Amino acid sequence: MYRILAKETLTPVTKLFVIEAPEVALKAKAGQFVILRVTEEGERIPLTIADYDRQAGTITIVVQEVGKTTKLLGMMEVGYCLASFTGPLGRPTEIERYGTTVLVGGGLGIAPIYPICRSLREAGNYVIGIIGARTKELLFWEEQMRSVTDELIVCTDDGSYARKALVTVPLKELLESGRRVDCVWGIGPAIMMKFVALTTKPFGVKTIASLNSIMVDGTGMCGACRVSVGGKTRFACVDGPEFDAHEVDWDLLLARQRIYLDMEKLALETFERELARVKS
Amino acid sequence: MPKDRMQIPRQKMPTRPPEERRRSFEEVALGFDMDLALAEANRCLQCKKPSCIEGCPVQVRIPEFILALREGDMWGAVGALKDKNSLPAICGRVCPQETQCEAKCVLGRKGEPVAIGRLERFVADWERAQGVRIPELPKPSGKRIAIVGSGPAGLTAAGDLAKMGHAVEIFESLHVPGGVLMYGIPEFRLPKEVVRAEISYLEKLGVVIHTNTVVGKLYTLDELLERFDALFLGTGAGLPMLLNIPGENYNGVYSANELLTRTNLMKGYLFPKWDTPVKVGEKVAVVGAGNVAMDAARCSLRLGAKEVHIVYRRSRQEVPARAEEVHHAEEEGIIFDFLTNPVEIYGNQQGWVTGIRCIRMALGEPDASGRRSPIPIEGSEFDMPMDTVIMALGTRPNPLVFTDAVRLERTRHGTVVADPNTGRTKMERVWAGGDIVTGAATVISAMGAGRIAATDIDRYLKDSSGPWWSGQG
Repeated sequence: MYRILAKETLTPVTKLFVIEAPEVALKAKAGQFVILRVTEEGERIPLTIADYDRQAGTITIVVQEVGKTTKLLGMMEVGYCLASFTGPLGRPTEIERYGTTVLVGGGLGIAPIYPICRSLREAGNYVIGIIGARTKELLFWEEQMRSVTDELIVCTDDGSYARKALVTVPLKELLESGRRVDCVWGIGPAIMMKFVALTTKPFGVKTIASLNSIMVDGTGMCGACRVSVGGKTRFACVDGPEFDAHEVDWDLLLARQRIYLDMEKLALETFERELARVKS
Repeated sequence: MPKDRMQIPRQKMPTRPPEERRRSFEEVALGFDMDLALAEANRCLQCKKPSCIEGCPVQVRIPEFILALREGDMWGAVGALKDKNSLPAICGRVCPQETQCEAKCVLGRKGEPVAIGRLERFVADWERAQGVRIPELPKPSGKRIAIVGSGPAGLTAAGDLAKMGHAVEIFESLHVPGGVLMYGIPEFRLPKEVVRAEISYLEKLGVVIHTNTVVGKLYTLDELLERFDALFLGTGAGLPMLLNIPGENYNGVYSANELLTRTNLMKGYLFPKWDTPVKVGEKVAVVGAGNVAMDAARCSLRLGAKEVHIVYRRSRQEVPARAEEVHHAEEEGIIFDFLTNPVEIYGNQQGWVTGIRCIRMALGEPDASGRRSPIPIEGSEFDMPMDTVIMALGTRPNPLVFTDAVRLERTRHGTVVADPNTGRTKMERVWAGGDIVTGAATVISAMGAGRIAATDIDRYLKDSSGPWWSGQG
């Protein structure tokens, strides 16, 4: 169960895993997520579904190594079985025929926008993709994104590849150009999503973000993922993860993402010390 | 002689001393040994018309198991106990006996009632130590039953149905079965080993458990009905209620569910050996005074809090928690602030809670629940500086399981409409029981509902000719 069938290194800190999960694959839709545990003692972490293959019975996830759990997962090889893998969770992206859609993916956020682009295109939308990363080596899936978009704009913060710009810059230009844009998705770090929302707001374009708040069960039981949307407390795991980006209290999300920062650091340090000890 | 029996004092439960246990997740109540159990069992008057049984939601044959115990027939005691209660080691630990069986004990009229719960636990623990005997199972019926949720209702229904010869599969959303028994009730009150033993007993009966399976997401109820002859919903009341006051989303404000899940299910108290962090500050306020509030308060203490308050808008008389939990909490130094209601949570620039603003309350006329309703005293607001605030205000059924289940009728409280005599819902071949029907209640009432539904499912699978719905409404 939940065996790693394939693994790919996308960037020095980003790994892709194809997981055997036939029942999840049958139900998964763009915009939903899974919660997994790497080991029995492990924490439950949410990861947005990057792809699914109903025939092969697999779910693809893309992981950025930031803390102990993601680093440990990054070390797992083909054949390893995850301790648990639960999904599909959350509400799927509302796929409609909007017209022209712009999908902005920042860093790891490129992975979840890929299946949304594909679904939107299948539904007859004109899909413009904007993907970006801090620097060239953190960028991935450019070709794959080209295959599901009608236009693709690529940028890096430092200009080491393609255009030197934050993803919000081409987004703003697009909106200012007078081209009709019916709906925008922004997925990436919370701070990026906040600025995507700020960029589109003056133009009155519907904008959707996928909130990456801290979760435990992912089924509405604990409320760790509480966010404020339109002044109301919502649970990202069951009411989301996608919400109207203009209604989200971004500063609250940013603050709540930092709750365990010190303990996460301690866990990582302990883990790395242990690794060094095993290696020596 | 009854008179002699009445001379025997109620035997005290040996417990870990408060000073030792307030930082430890080891079980607080240590259990009777054989001498204490026999002394306590000898107090029972073996009433001709035992009223204790009436007080038990599942009518355990109490005098019978106590008689067998004192006659040294331990397996006889086990048999009498388990005939009605499939989870006695759990009920002996978490039932509110003082409002159920023990409240009806005749000895309680003049003195103290027989410690039925402690005896129940003793017999069940004895059985577990022997290695549980698996009963002979009848010929397979060929019928398949899906149980959604593996808490007390689901486990009970599963055990009963397996013993009737049906093929039972349980679907559990979390990565371990047990529901609230695993994620909610802490180790120091209900060792997880006890729950695991009950679950492994079910597996030995042939029950198949699918963890990591969120019904409503992975399968709809209709999809399950295509594969199974009957469906039992026992998903409990897992959705936390929030305070709905300003500041409830500050960092350091938890639902009790989150604190307890991180602590118990994810073993946050073993961090960083186990990966899930849980964080409580020096001063903790728990809002609410039910069992969950007591658990959250006592967990906070064990996680390192220096000062833990229970903030409750009513008075001591109205506290809904088990008497023993309140007693243990007080022994451990939990501070009770009665007639106090939070009106606002305040915090700092970084988004962390720094305290709660409360208002003093007075008790007015009895409300719909029969309890005197608390009324705020104008102008009595005051601030309590706090590092952590935990909301333990009750829970509602989680609507996830109802995805696309339009034929399943629900009340405006979000609970499922079910006939209390059969457990049948308005959706054919779907039964429900426990907190999903009643709203947050007790382990024993959920168990009782699981048993009623199992009996009716068996009846239906043998003869489904009658009308489906004969309940009210």
